[in-house]
Amino acid sequence: MKVAVCVKQIPDPALPGELDPTDNTLKRDGKLILDESDSYGVELALQLVEAAGGGSVTLVSMAPNNEVSGLRTALAMGADDAVLISDDALSGTDALGTAKVLAAAIGRVEPDLVLAGVESSDGYTGTVPEQIAAVMGLPSVGFAKKIEIGDDGLHIERQTELGYDDVVCPMPAVVSVTAGVVEPRYPSFKGIMAAKKKPVDQVTIADLGISADQVGWAGARQEIVSVTEAEAREAGEVIEDDGEGYQRIVAFLEELKVI
Amino acid sequence: MAGMEGTPDLFALDARLGDEETMIRDTVRRFVDSEFLPVVAEHFEAGTFPEELIPTIGEMGLFGMHLEGYGCAGASATAYGIACRELERGDSGLRSLVSVQGSLCMFPIWRYGSTEQKERYLPGMAAGEIIGCFGLTEPDHGSDPANMSTRAVRRGDEWVLNGAKRWITNAGIADIAIVWARSEEGMRGFIVPTDTPGFEAHRIHGKLSLRASVTGEFYLDDVVVPEENRLPDALSIGAPLSCLSEARYGIAFGVVGAATACFESARDYMLERPQFGRPLASFQISQIKFADMLTAITNSQLQAFRLGELKEAGEIRPVHISMAKRHNVRAAIDVARMARAMLGANGVSLEYPPIRHMANLESVLTYEGTEEIHGLILGQEITGIPAFR
Ligand SMILES: Cc1cc2nc3c(=O)[nH]c(=O)nc-3n(C[C@H](O)[C@H](O)[C@H](O)COP(=O)(O)OP(=O)(O)OC[C@H]3O[C@@H](n4cnc5c(N)ncnc54)[C@H](O)[C@@H]3O)c2cc1C
Repeated sequence: MKVAVCVKQIPDPALPGELDPTDNTLKRDGKLILDESDSYGVELALQLVEAAGGGSVTLVSMAPNNEVSGLRTALAMGADDAVLISDDALSGTDALGTAKVLAAAIGRVEPDLVLAGVESSDGYTGTVPEQIAAVMGLPSVGFAKKIEIGDDGLHIERQTELGYDDVVCPMPAVVSVTAGVVEPRYPSFKGIMAAKKKPVDQVTIADLGISADQVGWAGARQEIVSVTEAEAREAGEVIEDDGEGYQRIVAFLEELKVI
Repeated sequence: MAGMEGTPDLFALDARLGDEETMIRDTVRRFVDSEFLPVVAEHFEAGTFPEELIPTIGEMGLFGMHLEGYGCAGASATAYGIACRELERGDSGLRSLVSVQGSLCMFPIWRYGSTEQKERYLPGMAAGEIIGCFGLTEPDHGSDPANMSTRAVRRGDEWVLNGAKRWITNAGIADIAIVWARSEEGMRGFIVPTDTPGFEAHRIHGKLSLRASVTGEFYLDDVVVPEENRLPDALSIGAPLSCLSEARYGIAFGVVGAATACFESARDYMLERPQFGRPLASFQISQIKFADMLTAITNSQLQAFRLGELKEAGEIRPVHISMAKRHNVRAAIDVARMARAMLGANGVSLEYPPIRHMANLESVLTYEGTEEIHGLILGQEITGIPAFR
């Protein structure tokens, strides 16, 4: 059982983020950490390999400046190795370009299953996993909350607004994992000590056979025209409770058609 | 101007940590925030430790984390210290569990035990499946353990142990006890499974400090253990004292965590709470208190970090540990008491951390060498005159 997990390394959300005024994208030149929403995919991959009685978990990540800090966290959790695509030409790459790059890297791994988070916590595009599937010509299932391997392929519980769908899907496939569906394990200290020695294959787009005009600003089909501050939220209504306050709350909820 | 947020680290000492040490810090911090802090107050009140967390603590690799081999992580001395600091930001009881297991029970087996003993006990102890306790203190001998009453008598291939140990962390929940006893041959250490006939443990009740930690006593009534349970390389009082050095090293870092928790609590509270029409934090007296607290914390952080460097360089001496343990615990208890008062009536409630840390630190001031005894060790270093006896 060989699982590839797409993980994004993002600026620490606990620190104030900053936009680069020249191109209106998030500055990513400092230390990057493992996107929390990808830790669920890593955990599920580790569990699937354990349940299968063996195999490997390979991380695939695209990040500037050969950044590995976030990868080390996932390696410390137990992933076996990683492919890191880092290339100056990648700056400005849009979701589809990212998917092409990740797909090319995943292709080298030849996994039985590709996992990804539904969306990243810094970009929230939420389209990359499906685009990877399309580029690779693989089936795609989104919003998985549970994955099991059966004789006839993957059995996936796919979260919906009302509950979940049972989906059976052949392998290999690309599955995006909903945040919060499993409890990601703590990296063990032994894992942390071992993570430094685990192989990280650092590749450029040329290594993947991708030309510079397909990625970066050159290949992007999007343009960030302008960025404006979100409007400050209006202050809520304060209800003084004279013993009848609950009636106002009930009326308010009725108005919203919540009750 | 925005004030300082988060955990105080004025001299950016954490920036000196290596990648692995930083990851260990973040892992312990996440565990304490998400699993320990939500339950600590109720356990403190009930006088229990959240034992259901022990397997997770083992899986993370906290037990014996700075030892090499036998299932231990082999992390750096600084990483061990930082982990203690993050644990004690939660509660001194949590750090005590890890100190006792790693430094007082696993370390003597690792350092003074036979290969068979190491293979038999250390992996299970690292995983938290075997919990240990360390029996040095007795009802009649605390600061002066060399004069202890517990006796070990050799009988062929066996030893017969008799005596009592009191104020023993984890007595009552432990699977094995490291028992120190005097014999005709000198001070000896034994691994005693707590289900051995003649071994009886009780919890101490009515303890108003370190309540989220089990403390007890045990009696040895003709307890028979085979020679293979004796720690072969532990041949003097120096052996248990070396274990204490390991644990005290962790305390010097640990109490910085307790102090920062109190500082953060008081700062956030006073910034939020207005009296006389303005936030309490805006009054000059409050600010001078914050300045004193931050200075005390920073001094402690500096001592702890330097202690880590000395330990990693193999240059650490007991007197270094005595200074840092004594200074940092005193600093933490002062910060905790100041924070406690700054929260007013809320400061005496378990809803806020200062009173819990303040009460805990009374134990930390006493155990692992009292404040006075460490002062006397420093006094001997300065004058060359031992004033203990
Ligand atoms: C919560 C808790 C957990 C503990 N866990 C453990 C454990 O796991 N294992 C273990 O072995 N022990 C443990 N201890 C015991 C602890 O190490 C002892 O309490 C400590 O060593 C002090 O001994 P004592 O209580 O007998 O005090 P004493 O030695 O009787 O001291 C009483 C007072 O006299 C002072 N004093 C003593 N001698 C001198 C001197 N020569 N000159 C000046 N002043 C002096 C002391 O500083 C102290 O203020 C624990 C204690 C507590 C409170």
